[in-house]
Amino acid sequence: MLTKRGNGLSRRDFIRIAGGTLATLGLSGALTPKLARALEKAAAGRPKVVWLHFASDTGCTESFIKSDHPSAGELVLDILSVDYHESIMAAAGKQADEVLAKAVAGKDYICVVEGGIPTVPGHGIIGGREMLAIAKEVCGNAKAVVAIGSCAVDGGVPAAKPNPSRILGVGEALGMKVVNLPCCPVNPEWLVGTVVYVLTIGKLPELDKKGRPLMFYGRKIHDNCPRRTHFDGGRFVEQFGSKEEAAGYCLYKMGCKGPEAWSECPKTRWNSKESWCIEIGSPCLGCSEDRWTDNFAPFYGKLADVALPFGDLTADKIGVGIAVATGAAIVGHAVVKAARGKSSDESKK
Amino acid sequence: MAKRVVIDPIPRIEGHLRIEVELENGKVKDAWSSGTLFRGFEIILQGRDPRDAWFITQRICGVCPVSHGHTSTMGLENAFHVTPPDNARIIRNLIEGGQFVHSHILWFYHLNALDYVDVVSALQAKPKEKSLQDVQAKVKKFVESGQLGPFANGYWGHPEYKLPPDLNLLAVAHYLEALEMQKEASAVVAQLGGKMPMHMSTPPGGTTFTPTVEVLDNVIWRLKRLQHWVDTVFLPDVLAIAPYYIKYAGIGKGVGNYLSWGVFDDPSFDPKKKLLPRGAIFDGKLAVADVDGKEVKEYVDYSWFTADSGNRSPMEGKTEPKFTKMGDTKYTWLKAPRIKDHPMEVGALSRVLVAYVSGDAKVKSMVDGTLSALGQAGHPEVLLSVLGRIAARVLETKLVIDGMLDWTGELLANLKAGKTQTYALNDVPEKGQGMGLWEAPRGALAHYNVIEGKKLKNYQCVVPTTWNASPRDHKGVRGPIEEALVGTPVLNPDKPLEVLRVVHSFDPCIACAVHIIHPVTNEVKAFRVV
Repeated sequence: MLTKRGNGLSRRDFIRIAGGTLATLGLSGALTPKLARALEKAAAGRPKVVWLHFASDTGCTESFIKSDHPSAGELVLDILSVDYHESIMAAAGKQADEVLAKAVAGKDYICVVEGGIPTVPGHGIIGGREMLAIAKEVCGNAKAVVAIGSCAVDGGVPAAKPNPSRILGVGEALGMKVVNLPCCPVNPEWLVGTVVYVLTIGKLPELDKKGRPLMFYGRKIHDNCPRRTHFDGGRFVEQFGSKEEAAGYCLYKMGCKGPEAWSECPKTRWNSKESWCIEIGSPCLGCSEDRWTDNFAPFYGKLADVALPFGDLTADKIGVGIAVATGAAIVGHAVVKAARGKSSDESKK
Repeated sequence: MAKRVVIDPIPRIEGHLRIEVELENGKVKDAWSSGTLFRGFEIILQGRDPRDAWFITQRICGVCPVSHGHTSTMGLENAFHVTPPDNARIIRNLIEGGQFVHSHILWFYHLNALDYVDVVSALQAKPKEKSLQDVQAKVKKFVESGQLGPFANGYWGHPEYKLPPDLNLLAVAHYLEALEMQKEASAVVAQLGGKMPMHMSTPPGGTTFTPTVEVLDNVIWRLKRLQHWVDTVFLPDVLAIAPYYIKYAGIGKGVGNYLSWGVFDDPSFDPKKKLLPRGAIFDGKLAVADVDGKEVKEYVDYSWFTADSGNRSPMEGKTEPKFTKMGDTKYTWLKAPRIKDHPMEVGALSRVLVAYVSGDAKVKSMVDGTLSALGQAGHPEVLLSVLGRIAARVLETKLVIDGMLDWTGELLANLKAGKTQTYALNDVPEKGQGMGLWEAPRGALAHYNVIEGKKLKNYQCVVPTTWNASPRDHKGVRGPIEEALVGTPVLNPDKPLEVLRVVHSFDPCIACAVHIIHPVTNEVKAFRVV
């Protein structure tokens, strides 16, 4: 009935966790012993984490506790020392304040931020202090800051026009360099994958210009989509509930933002690799991208200016009037004669 | 001599809640509940394609996004005059059920249990079972490391912790197991909805998910595993722990008014035939009254909004934020919703009570069985308490997981009979208005929409925690959490564990509760880049 667990983490557990992590990172199994050693070393004095919630809906915490390799339980109890996290901590009120003050004084923690920062006075207060002031102090004293989920990256949904509480992403609000892990919510495997990478290699993974780890945000959904062959073949879903939908045709005409979305969703998938948005017949919302709530609305509206294979751009001009800042030129394996619009390959060095 | 105590932050809830209590002679004399974050979702929805609302409103809450998505979708279907196909109804029930089961497990073990389970006391246990010895060794190693992480600075050793060490250890072991089980329940949502949180498959008109026998077989396997765990771990845990805290059957009654919009449809979509039916209970009398979403009014006398924003029904809702300062006259971003001037408690207790009083046979036998197990047979009134809220959530978990297995059967029968329709919407109408009434795990949820020119002109949500954590209203009447706190004994004002117990029994979700309605007069700018 009970979960079988050893005395803390055994070496075998480490190897297992390490294997799972490596699979997530797409690294070879040869690194496993090295990773296991690094994790064991980390466990000797568990790295400290302070996790803050600002203008969030706790969806990223909810997402985090669905992680597999390692699981949230392993990460929180065996690998890291999560000293402050309002959703799970026992301490309340002044006892919680004491915990935070002690952590901040030590200056040797990673700060994970969930939620954007309201900049209208009075719109975000914890323990009588403005969230902005808390963020300045706690992020300012951290070894590194990781902004998880769209809200922490650029304000996310609540910062959509007209942004009533003038919510900003953490990097912008504080004018500092942070690691950004967008998506709504963050994919838990990318969060724990980033953490474990740092513990293993001793430095941050390679980031793109927006501070996103390339290993998770380096490729477009469209280029790795299992439905891509249908796009290339011109086979589209044009109505939900149709036989085309049942056959798993491309969702581009239903508003899929995959051609503009940089994320590893097709590979990592969600909830223990169980499924993901496009698999259950929904167009991608493009939630890995800046200002997606504004730029990609209406969500069931078709992206403008996406080049179809064989240069057929006219089929794409049904007036949706969608506001997309950059038009994507999609180069399939078919011969593309014309590709209009700028390439939005922002991760090119 | 009265003493004021402020608890801020309240941990192990969703969002940012501040509770202030006035203590006199070891008891709470008065209480104030404050929501301290303001985001403003309804403004953001103005002028958008109505079909975007079900995605955006899911982001109101990452703990119960499914319920917001469904309520939004149903409100829009109401405006569009569309009835979703039977398969869509079943898939929505299953997705909603997965979220309910996930949410209740998480709430009991990870949000609520640390108010009753002394983690440090588990070290004194003398377990015979190998698996429990392993868990104890793990806890010991954790404590000896000096890095207590999320367990640092808890109220450990407080005399109000009543469980013997062995039971504390068992609960800690199940705390770890429950982490895996909530994941399992969420995976069911992902299988049918793409991901959890923020599922993707139930837009107005039906579902984008095409049900297949393979996926359903997999879902059934997960559900059976969950059902077994609920039967053999979750329910027994609650029955084992409750007797030590039986005095909480007499603490935290609250306002005595209970509201349920009802949740989980049968083929008729009749609100009274839902798995948990619609209805209201007033003044603690065990009788069910009919209730309508149009009867809701919201007040702002104690909230940071202009006076003109109050005394309005949601359909004519208006909200103009006006932050002043924290004080006894204005102290929250939450409004005070009322029905016929009654503050209403919402949540699993309200749903179970309404079903019980409506004469639902299964609910009645479960509730009566629980009452006798706790030595309270024939006294359903003890449910109107902290302990009643806990018991109701656990019984509801059982009801829902059993229901889910029935619904997978219904869906398979439909597929077998060749009923494969999943979607029934052709186009968004030029204008209309609609109301979605449903339940989130945390209680009654209503979305109201007004559509003009195929765009959203107005959108309003009245959400569970706005009811429960509401401030005083125009008559000065306290909200449910505030009222439930009054009379609660507090042994040590520096460690107000009892206050946490009462607050946690409502499972607050503050991100949901705080919201805004844009003044209708405001211009909505089109977002178009030419």
